[in-house]
Amino acid sequence: MALKTPPINEVLITGSQSYGSIDESIGRLVLNQKLHKKAWYIMFTIGFLGTLLLGTAITWLLYQGTGIWGNNIPVAWSFDIVNFVWWIGIGHAGTLISAILLLMRQQWRNSINRFSEAMTIFAVMCAGLYPILHTGRPWVAIYWLFPFFNILGVWPQFRSPLMWDVFAVSTYFTVSLLFWFMGLIPDFANLRDRATNKIAKVIFGFVALGWRNSNQHWHRYEQAYLLLAGISTPLVLSVHSIVSFDFAVSVVPGWDVSIFPPYFVAGAVFAGFAMVLTFAIPVRRLYKLEHLITDRHIDWMAKITLATGLIVAYGYVLEAFFAFYSANTSEYALFRHIRWAGPYSWAYWMLIFCNCVAPQLFWWPWARRNPWTVMIVCQFVSLGMWLERFVIIPMSLMNNYLPSSNRPYYPTFWDIGMYAGTIGFFTMMMFLFIRFLPVINIFEIKDLLHKIAKAGNPAVEPVKASVLAGGGE
Amino acid sequence: MSGYGSAGGGGPYGMAAEFDSVEKIMDAAEAARDAGYRVMDAYTPFPVHGLSEAIGFRDTKVPWTVFLCGISGTFLGYSMEWYTSVIDYPLNVGGKPLNALPAFIPVAYESTILLASFGAFFGMLIYNRLPQPYHPIFNTPHFDRASQDRFFICIEVKDPKYDRSATRTFLEGQGALNVWEVEE
Repeated sequence: MALKTPPINEVLITGSQSYGSIDESIGRLVLNQKLHKKAWYIMFTIGFLGTLLLGTAITWLLYQGTGIWGNNIPVAWSFDIVNFVWWIGIGHAGTLISAILLLMRQQWRNSINRFSEAMTIFAVMCAGLYPILHTGRPWVAIYWLFPFFNILGVWPQFRSPLMWDVFAVSTYFTVSLLFWFMGLIPDFANLRDRATNKIAKVIFGFVALGWRNSNQHWHRYEQAYLLLAGISTPLVLSVHSIVSFDFAVSVVPGWDVSIFPPYFVAGAVFAGFAMVLTFAIPVRRLYKLEHLITDRHIDWMAKITLATGLIVAYGYVLEAFFAFYSANTSEYALFRHIRWAGPYSWAYWMLIFCNCVAPQLFWWPWARRNPWTVMIVCQFVSLGMWLERFVIIPMSLMNNYLPSSNRPYYPTFWDIGMYAGTIGFFTMMMFLFIRFLPVINIFEIKDLLHKIAKAGNPAVEPVKASVLAGGGE
Repeated sequence: MSGYGSAGGGGPYGMAAEFDSVEKIMDAAEAARDAGYRVMDAYTPFPVHGLSEAIGFRDTKVPWTVFLCGISGTFLGYSMEWYTSVIDYPLNVGGKPLNALPAFIPVAYESTILLASFGAFFGMLIYNRLPQPYHPIFNTPHFDRASQDRFFICIEVKDPKYDRSATRTFLEGQGALNVWEVEE
């Protein structure tokens, strides 16, 4: 490898840790099921109820059709596409942490990459529901979307961003799943070896695929892992760019904005980190993982959130500037009568507050290091990013070239219900993941522990002597 | 402390030494290579950089597989778009060209990534011959700690320089916690 690993100057693992203590801290969440008490059951139940709501909403949608939503003409896309983009955006942080931070040799990613990758997979599952279901008759839409041989004599329109979406999102889901599973194989082997419960041993043994920690295997594993990271990086950048093309290649005022691809990608990372922090902070407290997901990690994730928030804020300024500079009267009318003032302008101003004002708190170190402020700001960011998609999608569609075509949009119970349902499904999957799969990447933490010990940096807390010299325990 | 590996049923597979730190196994691997042993493998809880070189293991099959799968992904993706949009179902949309190269890029790009990632994942598994539920090394006592906090090096009987007592003496001299004989 040409790049040198930067020296480890920060305390990334606290306390006096050894390989065994790492195994124990992470493995006990899975191997000792009694650890999951009331909090887990409450969150799981909430998630489960949400999933039931989601199932109901989908069934009713398939039975009655998309008329149960508030979509109308001209606002043909609303909550369905807003939520699609919101969920896909949230997924992007996982790939950024796993792939991009790996390529940049940022060792601190090792404790957060596993559950952020899981988050990506569950978020993309939630997102993927929408493009399929919003077609109205998904059983027919299959031949519009997937290029398979059929007797109808037609093929999908590959020049359309809606088709690009099909390939981008399905590729993104598949690659994320492969990457995540690959990372899990050695940890499954670890759990297989440490499990005392017979069922756990058999199941983990099965999914570990016979992994025996051989150096030859690690050699090819590391090659594949690095290459997957290298592939995932342009993938994640392309997926949200392609999603932004759904809007940017059109002529709708407010959609035909050339800054959208980078602005959407930055916004996705922004929303994604907010969601990672939303889960990381309570879970590390609940399961006593603060020595692995340290205050440093929270600090740096908050910094990334701030940085991407500034890029997003820049995007907002540019959008307004383009409206003025383009001399496109319809685009200017959009800002003047829909965003800045009008019946829905409260959404726009709340967006500005949530995305541009609230994250500025992260300039101050005390705000980044206080878990409560970070949690609160992250909720604002999640809300703000949802509002951003709301402002871009239904609010732009309300404003047409001919004012006579304008029509307001109101969400219905099923719009909101399905959205709440996806949040419930996501929560349920995350908590199942926390209970049955290793939340942190065990072998990567051990690797980091060894690197810390070897660096012998006085700024870093000493690790147990056994890690470096061996002690024959 | 040394002894026999638990019954595997077959003849001898090799001799495994158990270490408890990265530094010790790196030294042992280099010493084994210097001593002329070639047919051996190391077992570590996490990938140890430099260990492949120390043992003398080189392999670039995975990168080549990823590259070739990626290229075929581009080709297959673009061909699919070209065939369907130019030959089989040509649609004149606003006078735009049938073979719309800029518009065809996203799908071809995503197919590249998809096939390349299949190459990486399945290639890694296939070249590693996984899933492989049984391997003689699992007969080594304490081998369950190979995924936890122990580092093993195993010199196989197939190695021309393998000798039951000489290899054992050599491994014990490397500071191993234990040296085991492993049965097939």
